[in-house]
Amino acid sequence: MSKRYNFAAVLSAVVLICCGALILNQNVNAAGEGKITGTVKLDGPAPHMKGIDMGKDPYCAKAHANDPAHLETYVVGADGGLANVVVYISEGLSGSAAAESSATEPVFDQKNCMYTPHVLGLTVEQKFKVTTSDQTTHNIHPLPNPMTGNIPWNQSQPPGAAPVEKSWKAPEMIPVQCNIHPWMHGWFAVVKGPHATSDTKGTYTISNVPAGNYTVTAWQEAAGTQTQKVTVAAGGAGSANFTFKPK
Amino acid sequence: MAKIFAVTIILIAIASAVPIVMHMWPMPQDISTHGALIDEQYADTMLEAGISFLASQFLLAFFIWKFSAPRPGERVKNFPGGATGLVAAAFLLVGTEVLALGVFGTKAWASVYLTPPAANAVPVQVQAGQFAFYFRYPGPDGTFGPIHPEQISEANANFFGLDTTHDQDSKDDIVAAEMAIPVNREIHLLMHSKDVGHSFFVPELRIQQDFVPGLDVSVHFTATKVGRYEIVCTQLCGLGHYNMKAYLEVKSQEDYDAWIKQQSALQ
Amino acid sequence: MHDMSAPAAHHGAPTSFIRKHVFSLDHKVIGKQYYALALLAALIGMALSWIMRIHLGWGNFAIPGLHLLSSTGAPGNVLTPEYYLQLMTMHGTIMVFFVLTTAPFAAFGNFFLPIQTGAEDMPFPHFNMMSFWVTFVGFWVLIASFFVGDGPTLGGWTQYAPLSAIGSVGGPGQGLGVVLWATSIAIFCIGQLLGSLNFITTTLDMRCKGMSLMRLPLTAWAWFITSVMGLTAFAVLMPACILLILDHVAGTSFFVASNLVINDQVLPHSGGSTLLWQHLFWFFGHPEVYIAIVPGMGIVSHVLITNMRKPMLSHRVLIYSMAALAVLSYMVYGHHMFVSGMNPVSSLAFSFPTLVITIPSTIVVLMWLGSLYGSKLQINSASLFSLGFISMFISGGVSGFFLAQPSIDIMLHATYFVVGHFHLVMGVAAMFGIFAGTYFWFPKMTGRMMSEPLGKAHFWLSFVGAYCIFMPFHYLGIAGNVRRYQAFTDDYLIPLIPVHKFITIAALITGFAQLIFVYNLIYSRFKGPVETDNPWQGTSLEWSTATPPPHNNFGATMPVVYHDPYQYSVEGASSDFVMQTSPEKINNPNEEK
Repeated sequence: MSKRYNFAAVLSAVVLICCGALILNQNVNAAGEGKITGTVKLDGPAPHMKGIDMGKDPYCAKAHANDPAHLETYVVGADGGLANVVVYISEGLSGSAAAESSATEPVFDQKNCMYTPHVLGLTVEQKFKVTTSDQTTHNIHPLPNPMTGNIPWNQSQPPGAAPVEKSWKAPEMIPVQCNIHPWMHGWFAVVKGPHATSDTKGTYTISNVPAGNYTVTAWQEAAGTQTQKVTVAAGGAGSANFTFKPK
Repeated sequence: MAKIFAVTIILIAIASAVPIVMHMWPMPQDISTHGALIDEQYADTMLEAGISFLASQFLLAFFIWKFSAPRPGERVKNFPGGATGLVAAAFLLVGTEVLALGVFGTKAWASVYLTPPAANAVPVQVQAGQFAFYFRYPGPDGTFGPIHPEQISEANANFFGLDTTHDQDSKDDIVAAEMAIPVNREIHLLMHSKDVGHSFFVPELRIQQDFVPGLDVSVHFTATKVGRYEIVCTQLCGLGHYNMKAYLEVKSQEDYDAWIKQQSALQ
Repeated sequence: MHDMSAPAAHHGAPTSFIRKHVFSLDHKVIGKQYYALALLAALIGMALSWIMRIHLGWGNFAIPGLHLLSSTGAPGNVLTPEYYLQLMTMHGTIMVFFVLTTAPFAAFGNFFLPIQTGAEDMPFPHFNMMSFWVTFVGFWVLIASFFVGDGPTLGGWTQYAPLSAIGSVGGPGQGLGVVLWATSIAIFCIGQLLGSLNFITTTLDMRCKGMSLMRLPLTAWAWFITSVMGLTAFAVLMPACILLILDHVAGTSFFVASNLVINDQVLPHSGGSTLLWQHLFWFFGHPEVYIAIVPGMGIVSHVLITNMRKPMLSHRVLIYSMAALAVLSYMVYGHHMFVSGMNPVSSLAFSFPTLVITIPSTIVVLMWLGSLYGSKLQINSASLFSLGFISMFISGGVSGFFLAQPSIDIMLHATYFVVGHFHLVMGVAAMFGIFAGTYFWFPKMTGRMMSEPLGKAHFWLSFVGAYCIFMPFHYLGIAGNVRRYQAFTDDYLIPLIPVHKFITIAALITGFAQLIFVYNLIYSRFKGPVETDNPWQGTSLEWSTATPPPHNNFGATMPVVYHDPYQYSVEGASSDFVMQTSPEKINNPNEEK
C-alpha cells in the first residue's frame, strides 16, 4: 500500500518539475522574442459610411442624439490609416508559439448600441468576455460556419447582466450580430498565434514573435486579405505595411 | 358553507364587472377611420357577454343558496318547462344573439379586410425580421424595387436586399426604421417577413395582422390623429420578441413631405 | 345493442410486483399510473408558472437555486428573455398534453370507463399498457430537453413554423430542443391513439348485460366522445410533428418558405408553407380544447347528480350537446388564425361555426343550472369543485363571444385576453373537473376518504385565487397587453405592471393551495378513514362493486343492468337511489331503455 503512495508522490514531483520547467522556459523565450510592426492604409478616399437609424430603440437613439452613428465597415483615420484590420502570422509558426495566448481576457463591449471594438482579435481557445454598458437588452448572435467546428450561440444580455464568457475552437472570421438592434454588427477574428488589430492611425504591433521567417496576413472585413513575407531576428523587429483598396 | 359560496360567487361576479364598467384599464384610444365599427362591435359584445355572465353567475349562486338546504322530507322538483324549454331558450336567445353579433361583426371585418385599398392610397412596405421592423417608401417613381434575399445585409444597412446599382426602381426607394404616415390619408401597408412569423399591431390603429414568411399580405387603414404610437410584434418570433417594436409617426401632410425629403437625403 | 357479457380481455390476476404495479395490464392500475404522471407533470408545470409569474412581476428578483436548472438561462438566478420563453413553452406543453389530456381523460377514463360499462377490462389490455408507457417515455423525452444543448424550445406550445423548423439559427432551443419537443408529442400521440382505440371499443363492444348506450353514465359518454375526438385529432398532430422533425433532420422544407434570411444568411430551405403548420396544428388544437374539457363536463355532471339526488333535466340533451361540441370543434379551428394571413373570407367562414358552438355550450350550462333547481344539493369538496367548474366554465365561455368574432379579434388576438380565456375555460375549469373527480372517486380508487376540511380549504383558495389570477388577464388584454412578453417595456404597457404584480401574488397563493391538495392526496392514501363500497350512495356500476374493485372489477359474477344510471329520488322506490344493478321494479316514465 505504502509503495503505491510513494509512487504517486514521485510522479507528482516529476509532473511539478516538468511544469515548472515549462513555465521558466517560456519566460526565457519571451525575453528573446521580437515583434512585427507596420501600418495599414486605405488607397483612395474613404468610402461613404451610411448613417444608422436607431429609431427602433429610444435608448439607442438618445445615446447618439448629438453624435450620429455610422456603419463601421471601413474606419479610416487621418492620412488614410485603416482601423480594424487584423494582422496575424499565417505561416511559419512553431506549434508552441501558435498555441500561446495572452493572459488577460479580451473584452467585447456593447456600448451605445454599437460593438466596442468592432473587430475583436482572438486566438483559438482564448477566453473572452462579452459585456454590456447599455440600459437596453442586447442579444449576441455570432454565426460561424458549422463546418469549422465552431459552435454558434445566441444569448440575450439584459442591462446589468453578468459578462458572457466564451471561446472559439477553430480559426475563423466570425460575424456577430445583435438581432434586437440589427445594425449592430461586429467580428470575432479567431486566428492561431500572435496577432494585432490596427488602430485608427492604421498602425499595429504584433509582439512575442520568436525569430524566424513568416507569412503575415492582414484581413479586413470587406476588402479581404493580403499577405507578406516577414523575417524577424531574435529580439528584433520585422515590418510589414499593407494598403487596401475599398471594394 | 353553501350560502357563503353563493355570496362569494356574486361578489366575484360583481368585482369582475367593476373594472370593465369603470373603464379602469380601457382599450387604447382609437385613431383610425374603421376603428369605430370595431369598438361598437366590441361594446355590443361586452353588453351581451356581460349580461350573460352576470345572469348565469347570479342564477348559479341563487340556486346554490336556495337548494343546498332542503327541509327534511322535501321532494326534488323539476325545472318548470323541463329540458325542452331550456333548449328552446338557448337556441332562441343565444342563437339570435350570436347570429346578430356574427352578421353585424361582418361589417367591421369587411371594412378592413374585404374592401380594396383606394387607388390613391399611400403605399408603404414593412419588413419584419428578428427583431425589428423596417419600412420602405417607393420614392418619386412610385415603384418598389425588387428584394434580393441574398443581398440582404444588415451589416451594410441594406435591410431589404436592394440592388441600387442595377435595379432602376430601387434607386429612389427610401428605407427607414420608423414609420411616418400622413394623417387622414389611406395607407396601403404591404407586409413582408424576412425570416419567421411576426405580427404588426398598433392598438390605436385597430390593426393587427401577422406576417407570413413566403407570402406577402397587405392591409389598409387611415389614421386620423397626429401623434407618435408604438408598433409591437404579437407573434412569438424568438428571444427578442418582447423587444420587437417600432414607432408610428402620424404627421400632417407638410411634416410628412418634409420627413420624406429628409429621409431621401439620408439614403 | 348487444347484451354482451365481456367476452374479451381475459387475463388472470398478476402475482409478481412488476406485473401488478409497473407493467400492469389492469386498466385500474394504468389509470392510477396516468394519474400519478399527471400529478407529477402538474407540479412541474405549476412550478414553471411560478417562476414565470415572479419574473413578470419583479423582473430582477433572484429566485434562489434557479441557476441550477440552467446556468446560462438564469445567470445570477434571474431569467434571461430566452429562458423565460423556454419555460413558458414547457409550461404550456406539459399542462396541455401531460395534465389536461392525461388526467381527466386517460387517468379517470381508464379507471372507470370499463367499470361503468360493466366490463372486466379494456378489450386490448396490452395496447392499454403500451399507451401509458409510451406516454411516460414521451414525458421524459420532453423533460430531457431541459438538460441538452441550449435547453428546451422557446417556440411556445403552438410551435409556429418557420421559427420551429429552421433550427438553432432561430434562437436557443430551436435545434435539438424542438426535435425533442416534436418527438415527445409524436410519442404522446401514439399513446393517446392507442388509448382512444381502447375507449371506443370498450364503450361499443364491452358493455354488460342490460347496459344499453343510453344507460351509460354521462362520464362514460364524455370519455367516449373524447376518445373519438382523440382518435381523429392526434392522428393529425402526429404526422405534423413527424414532418417538423424531418424539416430538422432530413433537410426537408414542409414548413419553411423560400428565401428566408437570418443574420444576413439565406436559409437552405425552399418551397414550404408556413401556414400549413398552423392548419395542421389547430385542426388538432381546437378539438384538444374539448378533449380537455368534455371529460370534465362528464365528471361534473356525474358528481353533481349524485350530490343533488336527482338526475339531469335530460340525460340525452347533455349527451347530444357534448357530441355537438365534438363535431363542431373540427369546424371552428380557424378562429385561432383570423389574423394569420389566411384568406379573410375564410375567417368569416370559421367565425360562424365558432359562434354556433356557444349554443351547445349554453345548453350544457343551462342543463346544469336547470337541474340544480329543486335539487337537494349536498355541499362537499367534490360538489364544490363541480359548482366551481360551472362558474369557471361560464366565465371562460363568455369571453369566447369576443374571440369568435374576427373584427374584435383584431384587437384581442395574441393578448392576455386570450390567455385569460383559455386558462379559465380549459385550464382552471378542467383542473376543477379533475379535483371534483379526485375527491369523488378517491374512496373507490383507494378505499379511503380524503380529508374534507383540507379539501374545502383547497377549494376556497383555488376558487377565489383562480379568479384573482385570470380575471385581470382579460383587463390586460383589453388594454392591449401582448402575451408571451417577458418584460413590458412599451410605453403603453408600463401602467399595467401593477396588475401583473397583483396577479403574481395571487398565483403564488393559489399555487400554495395546490400543495394542500397534494398533501391531502398522499396523507389520505395511507392514513385516510377506511370507506365503504358506496360512500356517496351513488347508482352507477362503480358503486356496486367492492372497494377497491377486484382484479376483474366485479368478482365472480358480472353485473346485469336494469336501470338507467341516475335513478335518484324516484317516487315509490324503496330508497332515494336505485342502483343500476338493482332488479327492483320502479315506475319512472323518464327512464332510459
